[in-house]
Amino acid sequence: MKMKPLWALPLLYSASALSQERSLNLTKGVTEVSRDVYDLHMTIFYICCVIGVVVFGLMFYSMIRHRKSRGREPAKFHENVKVEILWTLIPFLILVGMAIPATSTLIAMEDTSDADVTIQVTGSQWKWHYKYFDREVEFFSRLATQQQQIDNKFDKSENYLREVDNPLVLPTGQKVRFLVTSDDVIHSWWVPDFAVKKDANPGFINEAWTRIDEPGIYRGQCAELCGKDHGFMPIVVIAKTPEDYAKWIDETEAKQIAEQKRQQELLDMEMSMDELMAMGEKIYNSTCAACHQPNGQGISGTFPALAGSPIASKPENIDKHIDIVLHGVQGSAMQAFAQQLTMQELASVITYERNAWGNDTGEMVQAADINAAMNK
Amino acid sequence: MSTVVDDHNHEAHHDHKPSGITRWLFTTNHKDIGSMYLWFSLIMFFVGGAMAMVIRAELFQPGLQLVEPQFFNQMTTVHGLVMIFGAVMPAFTGLANWMVPMMIGAPDMALPRMNNWSFWILPFAFVILLSSLFMEGGGPDFGWTFYAPLSTTYSNDSTALFVFAVHIMGISSIMGAINVIVTIINMRAPGMTYMKMPLFVWTWLITAFLLIAVMPVLAGAVTMVLTDKYFGTSFFNAAGGGDPVMFQHIFWFFGHPEVYIMILPSFGIISAIIPTFSRKKLFGYSSMVYATASIAILSFLVWAHHMFTTGMPVFAELFFMYCTMLIAVPTGVKVFNWVATMWRGAISFEVPMLFALAFVILFTIGGFSGVMLAMTPVDFQYHDTYFVVAHFHYVLVTGAIFSVMAASYYWLPKWTGHMYDTTLARLHFWCSLISVNVLFFPMHFAGLAGMPRRIPDYAVQFADINQITSIGGFAFGLSQLLFLWLVIKCARGGEKATAKPWDGAEGLEWTVPSPAPYHTFETPPKVE
Amino acid sequence: MAEQQQSYYVPPSSIWPIVGALGLGLIAWGAAHTVIEATSDTQGWGSHVLFAGFGVIAVMLFGWFRDQINETMSGLHSDQLDTSYKQGMSWFIFSEVMFFGAFFGALFYARMIAVPWLDGASNNVMTGEVLWPQFVAQWPLVETPGGTKTQAMGWYGLPLINTVILITSSITCHFAHVGLEKNKRTQLTAMLGLTIVLGMIFLYLQGTEYVHAYEELGLTLQSGVYGNTFYLLTGFHGMHVTLGTLMLIIMFLRVLKGHFTPQKHFAFQATSWYWHFVDVVWICLFVIVYVL
Ligand code: HEA
Ligand code: HEA
Ligand code: HEC
Ligand code: CUA
Ligand SMILES: [Cu+2]
Repeated sequence: MKMKPLWALPLLYSASALSQERSLNLTKGVTEVSRDVYDLHMTIFYICCVIGVVVFGLMFYSMIRHRKSRGREPAKFHENVKVEILWTLIPFLILVGMAIPATSTLIAMEDTSDADVTIQVTGSQWKWHYKYFDREVEFFSRLATQQQQIDNKFDKSENYLREVDNPLVLPTGQKVRFLVTSDDVIHSWWVPDFAVKKDANPGFINEAWTRIDEPGIYRGQCAELCGKDHGFMPIVVIAKTPEDYAKWIDETEAKQIAEQKRQQELLDMEMSMDELMAMGEKIYNSTCAACHQPNGQGISGTFPALAGSPIASKPENIDKHIDIVLHGVQGSAMQAFAQQLTMQELASVITYERNAWGNDTGEMVQAADINAAMNK
Repeated sequence: MSTVVDDHNHEAHHDHKPSGITRWLFTTNHKDIGSMYLWFSLIMFFVGGAMAMVIRAELFQPGLQLVEPQFFNQMTTVHGLVMIFGAVMPAFTGLANWMVPMMIGAPDMALPRMNNWSFWILPFAFVILLSSLFMEGGGPDFGWTFYAPLSTTYSNDSTALFVFAVHIMGISSIMGAINVIVTIINMRAPGMTYMKMPLFVWTWLITAFLLIAVMPVLAGAVTMVLTDKYFGTSFFNAAGGGDPVMFQHIFWFFGHPEVYIMILPSFGIISAIIPTFSRKKLFGYSSMVYATASIAILSFLVWAHHMFTTGMPVFAELFFMYCTMLIAVPTGVKVFNWVATMWRGAISFEVPMLFALAFVILFTIGGFSGVMLAMTPVDFQYHDTYFVVAHFHYVLVTGAIFSVMAASYYWLPKWTGHMYDTTLARLHFWCSLISVNVLFFPMHFAGLAGMPRRIPDYAVQFADINQITSIGGFAFGLSQLLFLWLVIKCARGGEKATAKPWDGAEGLEWTVPSPAPYHTFETPPKVE
Repeated sequence: MAEQQQSYYVPPSSIWPIVGALGLGLIAWGAAHTVIEATSDTQGWGSHVLFAGFGVIAVMLFGWFRDQINETMSGLHSDQLDTSYKQGMSWFIFSEVMFFGAFFGALFYARMIAVPWLDGASNNVMTGEVLWPQFVAQWPLVETPGGTKTQAMGWYGLPLINTVILITSSITCHFAHVGLEKNKRTQLTAMLGLTIVLGMIFLYLQGTEYVHAYEELGLTLQSGVYGNTFYLLTGFHGMHVTLGTLMLIIMFLRVLKGHFTPQKHFAFQATSWYWHFVDVVWICLFVIVYVL
């Protein structure tokens, strides 16, 4: 029989693959829940293997022994109520056996009460925003891989596509609750090591939780198609011991408060065109270019071109330009950036858009202008 | 006009085919329409397959090589849509058109003109859908599941074309299903009682019911997407009191029965082929019928297993998990019945049988991964990864597509009157079998290791698996060219086939000559 | 199925199906482009193609039914074929039920699940607290979480009158049918005519109600999910009443021409089923959308 050895190939492959557990099997993870999930996964997997061996075994036996070329005469039976009841009941019981541990794990996973730390996780096209409840700490977290690596111009780094500028920092040994939501489309916050995957639905908050055992760096990514850059929306979590975490959060909080003060002071300061353009280009490429493209040409039919667009190149539209960038365009992918960028950054990026790619308006926008527009 | 009617009525009593292109455009003949469905499906399989090749080529290596992410998403979306609505469903409708009347001893489908209408809508629908890829801003890029608000507020203008294309596809499917169901209920030859009908007829009866029940729900879903995007409604927008997750409930209420629509007729095909080449009656005929019906009923109660991560309350998650797991029971009954049919038969391995056997094993593997996905806590890890992609390609490609191949090899002699080139057919089988596993089996590992689906670029640790997968994909794609070649060759000529080329075959279709006469059973046959 | 010997009538090849497919194709393309053009202020062929599509469909229906009627009148249709038509029509109505089911489902979900969750029910406590602190769940949803305000539509007045009208029309339609079966042609014509008039009054009143809702209540397509479910359900129902009325009118003309016998009148029966179905949908609508 030719078929059997060939059929065994993928099975063999799978066996050898499973032995190198690290990269090919489900992540065992670093939480109690993730290990329960892993065990559950292995249990069902083995059950399926056993059923498979029995069913396929009988089938191959029949294919080998009951062949016409061996001169077999076919038997006449075509019914047997007893075995039929048997093979309805046995799978049913197996399933009941699988459902019991699944139920208890699930109930544990959905119990988000009594958390020590609460963090609001907000997805938007295409970055994550983290906000620590009860602390003055919040920040965006974006892909840090260079575009050149993606375009195959530079060599790919070890954590290609799985590195971010501002990772989420969490304490170990404490129950962390996530409030997951979104600003635009549906995203899904997924870190395999915690066995947490929750959809971020705009307008609703989903809850999830984790308690991490060991300090370390854990990586995941957005797991729900959210548009063009869905594949470029990673998650990095750094787990620190509670002491290190406390230190980190105090420092970060102090830094963020100081930064806010500085912004207020900076309002009176005028920046030069060169400064504005330099800063603006940086911000534009990291924040806006995903949609409007580095050359300002946009993607036709989806994201408008800014080069030559009346809004970005006609002097009379400067207020409208500021308004769009601050508040976004309702019912479109254009988000409100007022809370995402500092006033300086907003001023510079708008200046940049009004002077780059042949939009030579020569106009400058200063932080004070942004402040005025915000307080209107 | 009335004279013409008389004329034709007269003509219908001869085995006379109208000729030329109008034969195909104006036909009311179930065999012509069946052939057109099957050719259409084959073309769409190649179109959708070509898109899959773009996907696999882009994923061959990490980094962006061939296409922009936006276009990649369009390929994924349209690949899914074309394969499901263009390849699998029309293939089954084509088979139903050819075989159901012959199997139950009817002269034709119950409503022959509507039959032609159902078919001809499809080319228009797909021209509209595919042409949207060339619009400014590109085609649909939100996945075949078109979750709101990605498909509403955040989509491009091809959405309108997508919506209306789906509308007319739905009309086509509903009319096709009504035709099948009425044919089966009303047109059986005397003596052909329900419990004597071949299982292919039974499974199609139930499939048709599912189609009529859920295609209108899909129409409702796309309508709400249309009004949300263009008319300012907020069904799927929290600010207006709606909910994006509501879209998913409506979609999957259609979507889950839809996946069984794509597998129940396969069960019927396999239940015809295995007894033939085991030379033994199908084991447990009536339990097969009950199992099919149970699967259909359960399929209405499990939709939210696609939505475990959307944040439903625990009791809902449990309910949907239990119901989903239950489906394994009737499906298992089917698998066991097939094995029992083979048991102590006199088995031979003609090409249809090879495909049927591969179906049983590979579909079961796909079913196993389905049961794994059904376990809610673990699905949190699997969901939206390549593990899911592996699951559904096992049930769809080595399930639905393989069963269509099996059916083609089984009935081609009846359709064309010629035997096909069996060496070529065997070659096609072995090439497909090996490459399809190289293609889809490693996807399980990619998914477990954490590779999400619908991404144009991935972390370097997935590079090897994707390379193997892509190579398998190209090989599988090329193997299908053998099939195309074989079918064309068989249609054009070859060794004459007898009325019953398979010695173990049973059923009315084998009592008529090959190729089946243009009009069969003008007076109903007697079924004892 | 006593007369199985009678051979089944398989119609000759016909041009109408593919004309119908062309018509639907034009409608789909045209409708899509009409929508795109209307919302993006561009000019194009959309609405022209859409109307061409409707035109083609009208021609198709006319030709198809003419052939069909000729066949019936020349006695080509067996009883079995009649049964096929009836079953086909029943399944078609079933598919329509499911279509309305999708919108009733949306109404149910919005009302029983989405709106309470937005106010913090079930496992969505934080949704209410963090995202929509001002929002209070209520139905009809006269103020959305986003703050759009509207007024609810009462059930007395026009809707109630309309309910009475539609139920009456179902009864008159039934008596028309009885008249046909008993071969009382005057009763048939009178009752059928009455049904058509009632259907038209219903549509007129429904139009008035829409104007009232839009202009006085501020209940629009944009005013949140309450208005959305209201308009889509009543709107699709209204489209079905329109279609049903057209069908009734055609039946009326055929009756005047002397078509149909007490034994054979599939077209009439299908129309009357359709009308009853539309009536039942309205009763569900009235109870679920307006009263509750
Ligand atoms: C033909 C199509 C088809 C078929 C038949 C199935 C069959 C099944 N599917 Fe699958 N499924 C899809 C097509 C199909 N599926 C598609 C297209 C998707 C993805 C959609 C998308 O997101 O794009 C999907 C996704 C999908 C999910 C969602 C995953 C996710 O997104 O997270 C789940 C979860 O429960 C699931 C479960 C199942 C189950 C339990 C079955 C069962 O019916 C399988 C039953 C069969 C067996 C179990 C094997 C035989 C039985 C025995 C030998 C008896 C003994 C066995 C046991 C006791 C275990 N499927
Ligand atoms: C019945 C349905 C069906 C079928 C038959 C297939 C067949 C194939 N599918 Fe498909 N697939 C889906 C249904 C199906 N798929 C669905 C529903 C999705 C989800 C979409 C979504 O996420 O929204 C999906 C998604 C999907 C993905 C995931 C994309 C993503 O998440 O981004 C991938 C990736 O590899 C893939 C690959 C393939 C391949 C290689 C084949 C092959 O089997 C195809 C083989 C056929 C051919 C290749 C055509 C014949 C040959 C030629 C045209 C000659 C030329 C050949 C060469 C140049 C080599 N499919
Ligand atoms: C997620 C995609 C996305 C990102 C990121 C984005 N935009 Fe936009 N932007 C859009 C879309 C879509 C529109 C069109 C909105 C509309 O009119 O419907 C738009 C419109 C605009 C316009 C008006 C252009 C015109 O001619 O109408 C300006 C100006 C603009 N964006 C500036 C910016 C700036 C500055 C940034 C970064 C700080 C940015 N955008 C980031 C998607 C984006
Ligand atoms: Cu965000 Cu995918
Ligand atoms: Cu499903």
